Amino acid sequence: MTTQMFGAPIRRKEDPRLVTGGGRYLDDLGHDALAAAFVRSPHAHARIVDIDASDAIDVEGVVGIYVHEDLPRSVGEPMPLLIPHPTLTHGRTGYALAKDQVNHVGEAVVMVVATDRYVAEDACQRIRVSYEQLPVVVGIETARDGDLLVHDDVPGNVAAHMLQEVGDVDAAMAAAPHTLTLDLDIERSACMPMEGKGVYARWDTERGELRMYSSTQTSTGVRAAVAARLELPLAKVECIAPDVGGGFGVKIMHPWPEEVLVPWAARLLGRPVKWAEDRREHFISSAHERGQLQRVTVAFDDEGHLLALDVKFWHDNGAYTPYGIIVPIITSTQLLGPYKPGTYRCEFWSLYTNTVLVTPYRGAGRPQGCFAMERTMDAIADELGLDRAEVRSRNFILPTEMPWDHGLLFQDGRPLKYDSGDFPASLAKLKELVGWDDFADYRRAAEAEGRKVGLGIGCYVEGTGVGPYEGGHIQIETSGRVNVSTGLTSQGQGHETVFAQIVAQELGVRMEDVHVTTGDTRKMAYAVGTFASRAAVMSGSAIALGARKVREKALRIAADALEVSPDDLEIVEGTVRVKGAPATSMSLGTVSVLSNPLRYAFDEAAKAATQFAGTFDPDKPPVAEGEEPGLEGKGFYSPTQATFANGMHAAIVETDPVTAEIKILRYCVIHDCGTMINPMIVEGQVHGGVAQGVGGALYERMAYDESGQLLNASYMDFLMPYASEVPTIEADHLETPSPLNPLGIKGAGEAGCIPVTAVIASAIEDAEGFPITRMPISPYELWELRRRHADGEIPSLHRLSRTSSKEPSA
Amino acid sequence: MTETTSETLHDVTVTVNGVRHSAAVPARRLLSDFLRHDLELTGTHVGCEHGVCGACTVLVDGQPMRSCLMFAVTAQDHAITTVEGLCSAPDARVAPTGESMNPVQQAFAECHGLQCGFCTPGFLTTVTAYLEENPSPTSEEAREAISGNLCRCTGYQNIVKSVLRAAEIKAERAGGASGEEQS
Repeated sequence: MTTQMFGAPIRRKEDPRLVTGGGRYLDDLGHDALAAAFVRSPHAHARIVDIDASDAIDVEGVVGIYVHEDLPRSVGEPMPLLIPHPTLTHGRTGYALAKDQVNHVGEAVVMVVATDRYVAEDACQRIRVSYEQLPVVVGIETARDGDLLVHDDVPGNVAAHMLQEVGDVDAAMAAAPHTLTLDLDIERSACMPMEGKGVYARWDTERGELRMYSSTQTSTGVRAAVAARLELPLAKVECIAPDVGGGFGVKIMHPWPEEVLVPWAARLLGRPVKWAEDRREHFISSAHERGQLQRVTVAFDDEGHLLALDVKFWHDNGAYTPYGIIVPIITSTQLLGPYKPGTYRCEFWSLYTNTVLVTPYRGAGRPQGCFAMERTMDAIADELGLDRAEVRSRNFILPTEMPWDHGLLFQDGRPLKYDSGDFPASLAKLKELVGWDDFADYRRAAEAEGRKVGLGIGCYVEGTGVGPYEGGHIQIETSGRVNVSTGLTSQGQGHETVFAQIVAQELGVRMEDVHVTTGDTRKMAYAVGTFASRAAVMSGSAIALGARKVREKALRIAADALEVSPDDLEIVEGTVRVKGAPATSMSLGTVSVLSNPLRYAFDEAAKAATQFAGTFDPDKPPVAEGEEPGLEGKGFYSPTQATFANGMHAAIVETDPVTAEIKILRYCVIHDCGTMINPMIVEGQVHGGVAQGVGGALYERMAYDESGQLLNASYMDFLMPYASEVPTIEADHLETPSPLNPLGIKGAGEAGCIPVTAVIASAIEDAEGFPITRMPISPYELWELRRRHADGEIPSLHRLSRTSSKEPSA
Repeated sequence: MTETTSETLHDVTVTVNGVRHSAAVPARRLLSDFLRHDLELTGTHVGCEHGVCGACTVLVDGQPMRSCLMFAVTAQDHAITTVEGLCSAPDARVAPTGESMNPVQQAFAECHGLQCGFCTPGFLTTVTAYLEENPSPTSEEAREAISGNLCRCTGYQNIVKSVLRAAEIKAERAGGASGEEQS
């Protein structure tokens, strides 16, 4: 038996290359390319009156300067609306270069192409654009008021209004013994990958072909979009995602204006052109997420069982909606987490503002939904004087109730139906890990030392591995080298390793013989992309199916050559051999030789496949009926629905009684993503997700002023956590296999960040004794809340009047 | 108004990874751009161009410096080490995968200290210099040592682990013979 590869914490195949400077990211390519730079709008809302480039045109090294009017029809029309939805009645997209009007600071107005980036930026500074400023809509309240409009033809700034209801919420609410209403607020943050976006395009004039590289999460998506915009046959466009320095969602949005403009300029000029986004550009012209106002009304019985949940929220979608309303749809469905709501109604309004557009950021609407649900759970526990974990437990969907259909439509247009999960087991593990039942003692001891500490909890369910499909192609060369390709892309998730583990396991070959390519449309033209924690589930399953086909073929060919039955064969470390008689064997490389009948021997091994090399049946064709030459196979995986991972987090925080500084003392994670391919990589994903969650809970926000200027558009002012701000994460796993796919796996990419804001809010509330309803929270804001609480403006939690700061027992 | 903006070029001679390079560059050419685009040593990455993220950290005469905050001309006569040069450090060894790695590079690969790898060269150079100062850091000291560099993927936990492991490997290599690195 080959060493177990699947499920083992194998070291990454990527790393020797990446730690020695061998990575090739977008801006590491194309040293001969011209450089593009952009003049971007300094105003949040304005009409473009005039563009004067006369001082820039003669700057030495400038090759071209382009405004909207220079673009041909297909390049100049509004950018595509990628995901239409019936409730997105007022979808609006921008232009590659602004036409007449700008709707947020950072919108591209002019493109300059020059010999290098320094020169291109020099020229940008000499271009004078005059604007007539318009009233600016910033903030959800202003957008909701609807007095000022972002788009003249979108009344009330409402892009979409959507309502889903399961059961009779009003009746259940009216009959319920208890109801509560919570008003919640969550701020914007952003993906902020360390590498910004970037595009590099080469036009082959002789062949009329475009090759482009993009720091993207979907090379097939970019390829199709660019081919359409440039009116090129798909066969004449190749798109490759090189090493990508992080994505977290922002690079699944496509085509970005630059992804269309740079290839267009490369073709126009007949020279390679490159654009690498700088950090300020990333802040003001990529995408943000998270911002929502929420109102939750909940009805429950004396034991804390949910009877009705009525949620309204207002979602800030920024200036345009090219990615549709995926984020608020996910909030509205995934809000329910592991709970049975009794009856449920969710209504949201997706609103335009004169700010950077909003597209999915790791978690994609779930952190907001989790915040709403988990704040509600804590409020119910406080109202009834029950233990917070116990209230959650009483509302769990039980393993015996799986699959559980919520009766809602999920983001993939398919039923929100949980496939598996063991929430009581997860909660038991979490309580054990964090010492839930001993916390009251810990708190008493801390209080005796004059310290304020709090314990917080948050639970979530995440729909992962959404369709429509992915594919995997596996080919074994005559050397025994195994080439694997899948079309979705990689941004650090270790796909080269985990997909190789799957192939090594399925085929019975050594890890070092497996070579994985992702995100290259030359190798796999059919693919969707990397988002929604889907790569392992979708491409992993497809690759496993493809590998199984190759294995069957290898056994057929080897059985014929060894004159045995395929059933008697096994493959061990790249050798096909007879079970129990391993001396009767041949290498997979030899099987590959035999799979491809040759006329010409190009090397020693190939001689075995030529026409005079051995005996053959003259009545049969060299390639058997129903077979194709070559030892290769393809698999596609297309599930009927998403698979649902889940997890529960708990944290202990300490708040400084004087300065209100917030410190996370412990952070505990129980995570269930089904069967794990590589626990080391899963754990790394959890660590990174939690760190981003901590950023979103305590530090990161987009500080727009009333004129729509982003005041903190730099790493200096946007406070991404360093190692000094991220706690040590204690993680444990549960493996509840998915019944939906051949490997039993569920996605793991986004999970870590989903409940963090909810958990930290829960813990701070527990430490302070008054409700926390607005996140992120800074020491200053907590200090301010304390002052208002002391002044009687904010009520205390009920538990304070019941016990002396003791977690009530169940 | 026609105007040309030909820039004055300055001769600069810099030793990079033990090799002397002479070039004529504009005064404003950043050291990071000089390394990446003029010398085509693209292992040094640029994450923010204002000295906050640390991805562009290189060693200047052995000291970690942000190459986006230095002009190429100010590196005149200095010795620069980039991530590409770490693998030829005296204590580097050839790993089973065929690459030569210094103890810090080896430790990051062992401990899953990187995901996308974009910030990694800055951590590797920073930690390499740090372990010269403090060859056996505690976990807290290791965390402090990397707290000037941003990583958006790992949550830092495995980077802290990598620093501690690098110290071990360094000690092993200093004490042991010149044998092959065990993986």
